[in-house]
Formats: sequence, structure tokens, C-alpha cells
Amino acid sequence: MIPAGFSYVRAGSVQEALDELARHGGAARLLAGGHSLLPAMKLRRAEPGVLVDIGRLGELSYVRVDGDRIAVGALTSHRTLERDPLVAEHVPLLAAAACRIGDPQVRNRGTIGGSLAHADPAADLAAAVLALDGVLVARGPSGVREIPAREFFTGPRRSALAADEMLTEIRLPAAGGLPYAFEKFSRRALDWAVVGVAVQSRPGGGAAVALIGMGPTPLRATAVEEALAAGTPAAEAAGLASRGCEPPDNVVASSAYRAHLAEVLVGRALTAL
Amino acid sequence: MRVEITVNGQPHSAEVESRLLLAHFLRDVLSLTGTHVGCDTSSCGACTVLLDGVAVKSCTVLAAQADGCAVTTIEGLAGPDGLSPVQEGFRQCHGLQCGYCTPGMVMAATALLSERPDPSEQEIRDGLKGNMCRCTGYQMIVESVQWAAANGGAR
Repeated sequence: MIPAGFSYVRAGSVQEALDELARHGGAARLLAGGHSLLPAMKLRRAEPGVLVDIGRLGELSYVRVDGDRIAVGALTSHRTLERDPLVAEHVPLLAAAACRIGDPQVRNRGTIGGSLAHADPAADLAAAVLALDGVLVARGPSGVREIPAREFFTGPRRSALAADEMLTEIRLPAAGGLPYAFEKFSRRALDWAVVGVAVQSRPGGGAAVALIGMGPTPLRATAVEEALAAGTPAAEAAGLASRGCEPPDNVVASSAYRAHLAEVLVGRALTAL
Repeated sequence: MRVEITVNGQPHSAEVESRLLLAHFLRDVLSLTGTHVGCDTSSCGACTVLLDGVAVKSCTVLAAQADGCAVTTIEGLAGPDGLSPVQEGFRQCHGLQCGYCTPGMVMAATALLSERPDPSEQEIRDGLKGNMCRCTGYQMIVESVQWAAANGGAR
């Protein structure tokens, strides 16, 4: 399978990438690791006229402590998240999700910013970033803005990012020492999750619970969270996992099966805390 | 566009379409047909090569993205003294049957051993998760990698 033709531009800086996006309007797409975009282009589900390759902007690949938050550069690879000592210490849920993505070759190339910007409703990192109450930093012609993860995903492969903006950083409240869990069910080892769940305990009690594969976007299981906050036992709270969800009904799984999976996986995750 | 890519130690320069995939650059431009294209959807791993020493699926990398980089393919593993330890391991332990997945398996295993010279069986299975074999049932492939780890590793 061959992608449709496009013009290729390699950006030498974030500003250059933004200039290219502005110049080409909606016709240009950013290419990071390419492990969501290139497969979509090969299937002709995406046919951008211009690819702006940001893959060599090494200044966007980092993990650092920023006050009481951890700042992760948008071009940080899944492989780095898996192994980074600061991630392990402060936001281990992110590593737990990253190491379950695809396979080693995919994790070598894929990036956190690319995955989030692609906004697939079944993306593992989206669950982790949602459960961690992350904030996504977007840079555009009019400056920098912060988008809370809960407002970022707007539909299947749609996000709050404007066509002339790029993700530069993900900011995550430090959650070191607090229990967390990541569970997902896939049909084969390297498949996307049919359903997945990320759970992050809160300092004051209760937990954030994020689901993937359960609707048009990654989402928070607010019914479960409220039940936990009210002191409901975990097994009972897990039974509320699909409440308010509209899980897709397709060749991968029926919506009823996904709802069942969500309850089982949330139950397992809460039990593992 | 023009790309300059060093493949198996040899510099190459070519005028290519921007949409050319690295797998096709290797096979069609350089005639290095040891890199196989299996699923063409970044699932099966048959097209695995090393890009600056890192295992990647060359069906999901543009030649343009490899511009200025060093690529190692299956053709680049054997040295003047014969097969690499991983290649020899696959031969000694019957780690292949039809051989279609083998170049990708060998490249992924080489990358694994360069990071973890003495992997556990589970680490080998996790390291080869992105490579599919429809013949062997994987057991002999795992044994091949274990043989390689004990006989020279990633070299």
C-alpha cells in the first residue's frame, strides 16, 4: 500500500513547523513518529497535501520535573516513557500504559504527542493522561495555551487542536507513591485495546478512572469515580463502569460485550490498587 | 527529493518520491530484497530493520525520514567470519521453516540482544512481540535467540 502523493518538509524548529502549518492551512499534517498517520495514509484514510516532519526536533523529547508537575515533551517516544526514571518515580501510570502499546518497534517510533493528537478513542496513553488529569500544551500563531485532557478529545480522531497548532508538551500532576493500575483487553498481542482502563488513586482518597474503547473519545467513568468517593466498595463501583457510555458496536466487539469488558476490567484495576 | 542513507555501511544517494517507504527504498531502489514486506500494516514485523541501531518496521517509515541515517538490514549482519550469532542461532536451532518472517525476526532479536545481552525467556517473547511467524509456533525461535545470547549476542 502506497500513500497518496504529498510534499515533504522537514521542520528545523517548532517555529518552522508552525510557519508551515500556517502557510498550508488545513492541507498540512505534522509527522512525528508516523505510527498512526502513515498507516492511515497507506489506507488512504488520510491524504494530506503536505507532511511537515517534526521527528527531528530533539528539543521536544524530554521528561522533567516542573514544580509539582511532570513535563513530558510531545516527541518523547513510548519507549522512553517505559524506561524513564522520572516517569517511574512520579507518574508510573504513564509507563504502565506506554509499555502495553503495540510492540517494541512501534514503541521505538511512536510519540506521546503524536498519539494524543491522533485522538484515537482506543489509545492507551489517552487513558493514562486522562486519569492523571493531564494538561496538554498547544502552540500556535497566537501563542501557547493549555488544554485540560478532559476537554481535548472531541470525537473519533478529533481533538481541540486547531489546524495551525501543535502539541509541544504534556503536563501531569505528580502522583508518585499513589496506587495506580492499567488494564486492557486485546484480541491479539499487539492489537489496539477493545476496552482499556487506567486508574489513578487521588491523594485525598478516591480515584480517577479513564476508559478507552467505550465511546467516540477516551472518557472518564464518572459514575465509578463518584461511587468510590462516596465509599462504595470497589466491586460494586465497577458495576457502574459502562454507565453513560455509548460503546461502539462493530466487527471488533459488540457494544454489549464492551460494556461487560469495562465492568470486568475496572473491577480488576480497582482490585489491583 | 534526494535522500542520503547509509545502508550496511555503504552510503547511498537517490532521488525518490517523498511517499516512498523505507522498505521499498531498500528492496526496489537498492535491490536489497532480504527485507520482506508481509502485512504492510506495521503488524507482522517481517520488514524490521535497524535505523540508527533501533528496530523499526520499514513499511511504516518514509525513506525521507531515514535521510542522513544509518540502516542495517539482514544483508548487513554476516561478517567476513560468517553468520552473526543470531543468524547462526536460527540455523542451529531450526528457528525457521518457510523463512519469510526470518529477516525481521533476526533483526528484532539482534536489537533485543544489543539492549539485553542475557534476556529471560519472557523478555525474548516480549522483545519479539512485533514479529509474527506462521510456521514454527515460536518455541524454536525463542531457543534460537537463547543460543545466540550464549554464543556472542548481538554482534
